[in-house]
Amino acid sequence: MNWRHKHLLGIEGLAPEEITLILDTAEKMAEVATRPVKKVPALRAKLVVNLFFENSTRTRSSFEIAEKRLSADTLNFSASTSSVSKGESLVDTILNVERMMPDCYVMRHPSPGVGQLISGFTKASIVNAGDGAHEHPTQALLDAMTIRQRKGSFKGLRVLIAGDIAHSRVVRSNIHLLNTMGAEVTVCGPATLLPPHIESLGVKASTAFEEAIRGKDVVMMLRIQLERQTRGLFPSLMEYYQRYGLTEERLKLADKDVIVMHPGPMNRGVEIASEVADGPYSVILDQVENGVSVRMAVLYLLLGGGEDVSAH
Amino acid sequence: MYLLIKNGRVVDPSSGTDETLDVLIKDGRVEAVDKKLEAKGAEILDATGLIVAPGFIDMHVHLREPGYERKETIATGLAAALAGGFTGVCCMPNTDPVNDSASVTRFILDRAKAASPVHVYPIGAITKESKGEELAPYAELREAGARALSDDGKPVVKASVMRRAMEYAGSLGLLVIDHCEDTDLAGEGSMHEGTVSVRLGLKGIPAEAEIIPIRRDISLARLTGQRVHIAHVSTRLGVEAIRAAKKKRLPVSAEATPHHFTLTDEAVLGFDTNAKMNPPLRGKDDVEAVIEGLADGTLDAIVTDHAPHAYEEKMVEFDRAPNGIIGLQTAVPLALDRLVKTDRISLKRMVDAFSCAPARLLGLTDKGRIAPGAEADFTLFSLRKQTCLKAEDIQSLSKNTPFLGMKLKGAVVAVVIAGRVYPAR
Repeated sequence: MNWRHKHLLGIEGLAPEEITLILDTAEKMAEVATRPVKKVPALRAKLVVNLFFENSTRTRSSFEIAEKRLSADTLNFSASTSSVSKGESLVDTILNVERMMPDCYVMRHPSPGVGQLISGFTKASIVNAGDGAHEHPTQALLDAMTIRQRKGSFKGLRVLIAGDIAHSRVVRSNIHLLNTMGAEVTVCGPATLLPPHIESLGVKASTAFEEAIRGKDVVMMLRIQLERQTRGLFPSLMEYYQRYGLTEERLKLADKDVIVMHPGPMNRGVEIASEVADGPYSVILDQVENGVSVRMAVLYLLLGGGEDVSAH
Repeated sequence: MYLLIKNGRVVDPSSGTDETLDVLIKDGRVEAVDKKLEAKGAEILDATGLIVAPGFIDMHVHLREPGYERKETIATGLAAALAGGFTGVCCMPNTDPVNDSASVTRFILDRAKAASPVHVYPIGAITKESKGEELAPYAELREAGARALSDDGKPVVKASVMRRAMEYAGSLGLLVIDHCEDTDLAGEGSMHEGTVSVRLGLKGIPAEAEIIPIRRDISLARLTGQRVHIAHVSTRLGVEAIRAAKKKRLPVSAEATPHHFTLTDEAVLGFDTNAKMNPPLRGKDDVEAVIEGLADGTLDAIVTDHAPHAYEEKMVEFDRAPNGIIGLQTAVPLALDRLVKTDRISLKRMVDAFSCAPARLLGLTDKGRIAPGAEADFTLFSLRKQTCLKAEDIQSLSKNTPFLGMKLKGAVVAVVIAGRVYPAR
């Protein structure tokens, strides 16, 4: 099948075969990293602009490496060093960068829906690298790649996503992806971090971690942002760990072949115990590695590199 | 100076009239309403096939001047009102400076008079600078021409202040209009809290942020015995609380906007900032309740909450965009298309909500009716003609509306103000 989208603004709306195409392409991209010369000319002379309006180390460097491995030219633009700090609007920023003839924007921004906003002002493709609490599609795709490597397929997989569900873009993208691919998703966290109506996205919701984790094939822990506690969303980090921290003890309740995931950065001793993060069930560092492959695949497909990377 | 409106279907809920009649106007007042009237030398307005209603009054408009002339001026706002079929508007005091003094009220009235035939009824602030602390000088405001009081855009947070405002304003016969919002509960929300907000990752404003202060205001109406008018009701439980209060004969009245009886939170799905308002677009069941409330009169008036914002202010990230849309030129067609054509409310109730109820609430005894002696303000509209608003038709300085290009059955054809005819553009 051929890729037919200009942008990747979210997972919502992608068909199963489109997700599979990205994952298959990503597997081929992974092979590039094993070569002595870790670079292909697929996106030579394409200009990719990384627009980061929010701090990010992992996602940003992952995208940058992906762009470089595909031989794209890159421009990094961060809010703190740009005209944004002088009060320029997002649309004006785009209109300016647009005249540098970019082929693609990779954008991270704190407001949901910014991709939709700027799509009216650019001829380039847009990859959403996280828009507020809305979507973070490449994260869900790299999670999916990791799950598929370990579990083979998604059909009937029992997945638990636990932590700060309310403020997470990762969870929304993962819900859409896993539902589309036929997995069963449960979300879990303290009631104050579980948004009302979350079940309308097609998941089960629970505040009881030990019940929720029972028999799960995949356990995905989300980062607890430390400022949530000071805003009164839960009483203390210690209490959080006691009720929702993923310990070895609790992990025993899951399926015996469970895998443990985390989009990072982790708070050890808050949402996850070190023994689990570094333990035999953890695939957390595989996720990081797959991030580069998935982002290569997305850029490659969006920028018309064609279907088969092995030709390069 | 005689004007004779011939063969119109005169709909006047204040007298129960609904039949084809002629209306004779002399020197700005109604002289006679009857079949087959004649008047030598009179200007004739043929209203065959049209509804002739008492002039529509929009109780909730932001004219933005003074202070925000980039969004709207008194002149452009009133041009929009005229084009939309309104013979009068109330303008909210959240200007810069806030209308909490006779001088601002007089400035607005002077500007309005120079710019447009549309009557303007300024609304003064409930508290000085709308800060929610000290009462504004109500007697002075009334003397200068203010017809009601509101801190619209903000709630009156303190119950003690609201109580005193209702007591003091009530003794002067000024209507107190409250923007009911628990801003603490609403938090940083930028849309209705529901299945759409959870999908989009936008922070939600729960319905209870409106319901809790509505219930407080109803309690204060009981305590003080004075009327409170609830602005832009958007929730089912809000409608139900008001309905129950009215059943107990408490002095509570209320209003609703066309966008709250037309659109749901699903309008936000594409992150269109013209779907962002406060109170936010709610769920289907809330829209249904607003329509039911308008039908049975629980919600007395239809108002636009006309809120112009400049292009660059709305062309930003959804959660950073200002609240509100313009509404003066779409309100009547939306009500005709979505409420009357569909038989959700009667034509009579629609005219009542646009004309008689606002006149009643504002104490405008010579308005809101078509009877000898009443002021000759009328709105003439067609049930058959179609409205399709295009950007170039917009009279407002700002074009922030989600209703552009929507085909609506029903159209304003002309307004008459003080006996003079102004055909709709």
